Parts: sequence; C-alpha cells; structure tokens
Amino acid sequence: MNIWIEQQRALIDFTLASLARRKARNLGLLAVYALLVFVLASVALFSHALRHEATRILADAPELILQRMVAGRHDLIPPGYLEKIGRIRGVQKMEGRLWGYYYDPVIKANYTFMVPTAGGVERGTIVIGTALERVRGLALETGISFRAYSGKLYSFVVADILPRDSELVSADLVLMHEDDFRAFFEFPAGHYTDIALSVANPQEVRNIAAKLAAALPDSRPILREEMLRTYASIFAWREGIILAILSGALLAFAILAWDKAAGLSAEEKREIGILKAIGWETGDVIRMKIWEGVLISLSAFLIGYVAAYLHVFRAGGVLFEPVLKGWAVLYPRFQLTPEIDGLAVATLFFFTVVPYTAAVLVPIWRAATTDPDAVMRS
Amino acid sequence: MIELIEVRKAFNQGKHNEFWALDGINLNIEAHRVTALCGPSGSGKTTLLTLIGCLARPTSGRARFKGEDISGLPERFLTQLRRRSFGFVFQQFNLIRGLSAEENVMLPAAPSGLPQREVRAKAAMLLDRLRLAHRRTARVEWLSGGEQQRVAIARALINDPEVLIADEPTANLDTTLAREFLAILESFASEGRTVILSSHDPLVIQSAAVHRVINMRDGRIVDNQ
Ligand SMILES: Nc1ncnc2c1ncn2[C@@H]1O[C@H](COP(=O)(O)OP(=O)(O)OP(=O)(O)O)[C@@H](O)[C@H]1O
Ligand SMILES: [Mg+2]
Repeated sequence: MNIWIEQQRALIDFTLASLARRKARNLGLLAVYALLVFVLASVALFSHALRHEATRILADAPELILQRMVAGRHDLIPPGYLEKIGRIRGVQKMEGRLWGYYYDPVIKANYTFMVPTAGGVERGTIVIGTALERVRGLALETGISFRAYSGKLYSFVVADILPRDSELVSADLVLMHEDDFRAFFEFPAGHYTDIALSVANPQEVRNIAAKLAAALPDSRPILREEMLRTYASIFAWREGIILAILSGALLAFAILAWDKAAGLSAEEKREIGILKAIGWETGDVIRMKIWEGVLISLSAFLIGYVAAYLHVFRAGGVLFEPVLKGWAVLYPRFQLTPEIDGLAVATLFFFTVVPYTAAVLVPIWRAATTDPDAVMRS
Repeated sequence: MIELIEVRKAFNQGKHNEFWALDGINLNIEAHRVTALCGPSGSGKTTLLTLIGCLARPTSGRARFKGEDISGLPERFLTQLRRRSFGFVFQQFNLIRGLSAEENVMLPAAPSGLPQREVRAKAAMLLDRLRLAHRRTARVEWLSGGEQQRVAIARALINDPEVLIADEPTANLDTTLAREFLAILESFASEGRTVILSSHDPLVIQSAAVHRVINMRDGRIVDNQ
C-alpha cells in the first residue's frame, strides 16, 4: 500500500513537472476546459435551483384555483359566485382572492398587488417585497405614492418588508388592505380576482375540478400540479435553448481536446522510449498518462464547478439572467438558495473527466508498447 | 556474471530486408570489471549491449544473468530486472528536456515505490559525487555536454545497479572529459560494479581503466583478449 502511494506520488511529481514545461499550452487548455465546465455547471445549477424554488413556492399554493372566463379571457368573480358553489365534499377551505398587476412607470416594471387572505395589513399601509425595497429605495415607515389606473394618486406607508428567503415570487409583491385594494383598482364590493380552494386529499383534486366545471360552466379550474408541470416545462425549454447554443462550443472543445490529447508529438514518443529503457513498465507509462488526464480534467472540473457555484448562488447567475429568468425585470440581485443535484454533478463529472482521460490514453497505448531498444539508436 | 551462448539477433526477420546484426556470439562477462566492446561501425556493438541490458531479446541462443536464463523471460520481468540490475548511459544521453537535472536523475526510481524523500536525497548525493551539486535544479538542456553526461551517469546509478552499460560514452566528449569519464568508471568497478561499454575511441580501449577489450566485426567476436 505504501509502495503504491509512493509510486503514484513519484508519477504525479513527474507528470506535474512535465506539464509545467508547456505552461502556456496546458494552462490554456485548462482554462478553456474549466470555462466549459463553468457554463454547463452554471446552467445545471441555475435551472435546478429555479425548479426547486418554484416547487417550494408552489407547495404553499392552494391545490385548486378557480377563474371565471368571459369570452375566453380571465375575468372577475362576480358576487354570489362563492355561494353558488356551495359546499363540495372534500374542500377544506374556499376563499375569494384579490390580486392584480400594477405597472410602475418609474422603474418600468410590474408589481403584484395583493390582499393577504389572512388579513393583517392596516389600511393605508403596505408590506413590500425586497426588490421593491431596493429599487424604489424604500424603508420601514417611509411613504410611497402610486397613481392608480383611474389617474388618482394613492399614498401608503411601508409597514413591513417581506423576508427575502423566497425572493423569486415575493420580490415584487405589495400587500395591502382589502379596502385600499378595492379603491385603488376600483373593484366593486363582492368581486374577486379568483377563488382558491384547499383540498385535503390530493386524489380528490381532479374530481372536485370536474364538479366545479360542471356546476359553473363559465369557470376554469387550475390545478397546482398543472402549474408545477408548466413551470417545469418552461425551465426545461429555457435550459434547452442554452444547451443548444452551447452545443457548438462543446463540439469545438471536443475537437480541441481530442487534438491536444490524442496527437502524440515525436518528442513525447521519444520520452516514452527513454522511460521504458530506464526501467519503466508499460503500465507505469500508462498510469503516468492517466494521472495527466485526471489532473487536467479534474482541476478543470473543480475550478469550473466552484466558479459556477459562486456565479449562480453568490452573483445571482448574472450571465444568463436574461435567458433563464426573463419573466420579470425586478430581480437585479436575485439570490437562489444553494441547491445541488447529486446526479447532475456526477453526470457532469463523468462527461468531463472520463472522455478526456480516455483521449489521452489512446495514443499512449501504442507508443508505450513499442520496443525499448529503439532508444539506443535515437 | 553475464553469459551469452550462441546468441544471434535478426532485424526484420522473415522479410526481404532480413539482417543478422549478431551472428553466433559466445561471451562471458566477469563481474566487477570494466569490459569494452570495440569494432567498426555496424559491427553490432549497440545491438549486443541491448541484449546484455535486457532491452531486447536474442532471436536465438541463450543469455544468462547471474546463472539465470533471461532469454525467455516475459517483458514484465525483463523490465524489472533492467530497472533493478542495470543502469544505462546512452550515447545521446537521452535526458528528458525541460526537466531539472535532479528530476531526470530520479526518474528510474519512480516505479520502485521508494519514498520520494529518500530518492531525492540519493539523487543529491550522486550529483554531489559527480560534482554537479550546484546544477541540481538547472534544466538539462542548459547543461554542457560533459555535465549532461554526468547527469546521465547519476541517473544510471539511482537504483544502485550491479551493471552499468554505456554505449559510446565518450563520443561526445573531448579528451579531458573522456579521461574524467574513464576515472569515474574505474571507481565504479572498484566499488564492485560491473561496467560494459562500447567504443571505437582508442583513448578508451587503451585506457588502464578498461580491463578487457572485445573486438567485433560483422556481428561476430573476432578476438578476445
Ligand atoms: N532496428 C533495426 N533494423 C534493421 N537493422 C538494424 C536495426 N538496428 C540495427 N540494425 C543494423 O544492425 C547492424 C548493427 O548495428 P549496431 O547499431 O549494433 O552497430 P554498432 O556496432 O553499434 O555501430 P556504431 O558504431 O555505428 O554505433 C547495423 O548494420 C545496423 O544497420
Ligand atoms: Mg552503436
């Protein structure tokens, strides 16, 4: 065991010394390689974390949402609708929700105004998300005015700021009192944006949705699982776009790596001959080359992956925000909770380290099995 | 120590350019002595050295090392034997460019699994003995011809071989350096190593450091003092 370790140490020492001889070439290769891992890992980490975030957020969402449709478009729930539904077996809770979008011309972005179903926001005050806090420079107890679509100006005092742990959805939220909401958007009393239903047994959700659709033909029930699926497919689609763009770069790198690794210079051939003549076995030469492949590809993998981690979870994935998020402009310092998918790491590791090491080995095999006496005549 | 019986070596056997570089060599090389192979170019000196040093196998005939038949050993064992028992100084030195003198000297010990610290200490000792201590970290291509040869000698000795093999060791050296090299060889023989070299340099062949000269021609031994 000790002997084995010492052997590997000697081989690694030699490999490093030998790589250091062509510093520019090898560092260049390492840089390109690490960059590639960085981009791939960034995409993987970013979309995995987004997906995870979406799932986490939707976990708190109601199982079923009922919207009213007029002429194929989402419309307000008129008064009396809740009563019309009446009691349905399996529905734990049913409540009308009030929310809407507000376009802020100051920062050219949409906020979501919302009345928390549990209440808790005083009249004349608002509770805001962190993005708003940042972008509009708001703090606790400061005031802000919004011009309603009617043209009237409404002023609010910031009573609280939402915790930043799930910024993806809460960043652009403005929570307010029901009366303020109705006045601001001119919602007549008794009207709601939609209806949220909580269902205890997930098996019953589809049944209940069918019953609702039958009882209220002008309504459309939306299931939480459908929303989850929609999110997932949106993420997958965006991820796909990035990967498609990247595939060109991937191919270019594969060619470069193959060329660098698989081509064996006359000098290298000579060196292998010398090593064999002075007592290295074919196996030693191959082990040395494996180390070379592993050292380069492993460091590229580690550098690229750590950089990707920092990029996604510390720098907010600045490089592909425009492609991967893109449904709001309010997230300049968007922070994802660090989330790593073990399988994705393993896959990336496998596809970066193994092919390179293999490419290094192919030509060596041939060179290492040549006769050692050729060295005497060079 | 090394016994060759009816050894023949063919290149490109069975092809139209088949060539017998060695043709019936019978030879017994004694231990602890300096033996020189001498003869015109193409007479088979290098080829014979590759057989003695286990770099190649004879096409026919037997080779014995310390009484053990090595002509039929598989490649793996030959390599091990070569690493443990033989040190080589090649005509072109064959150092690995870009590496330091010390790194070159340590190379043959890599597969042995000896602690790196020990190997490094030994390399330093050898370089010191060959008066190269001050060039230990220099890249080998910056060294002069004589220095390169001494690095090659140090490399040949790192695994403490019983036999040192040198092919045309003085071909690239001037007279002073060649004399110095012969003095080094003599010291090896006196410490109990066996030295086998090839040369057509009269300086080497007539030197008192060489105990025995074997004359070759056309793949045969012609006379044998
Ligand atoms: N790989 C080979 N293929 C074919 N012929 C070879 C090969 N190696 C050596 N020879 C031939 O074998 C003969 C002996 O070669 P060898 O190198 O042993 O001679 P030498 O005595 O060392 O000569 P020199 O003094 O020039 O080094 C030469 O005629 C050479 O051309
Ligand atoms: Mg020769």
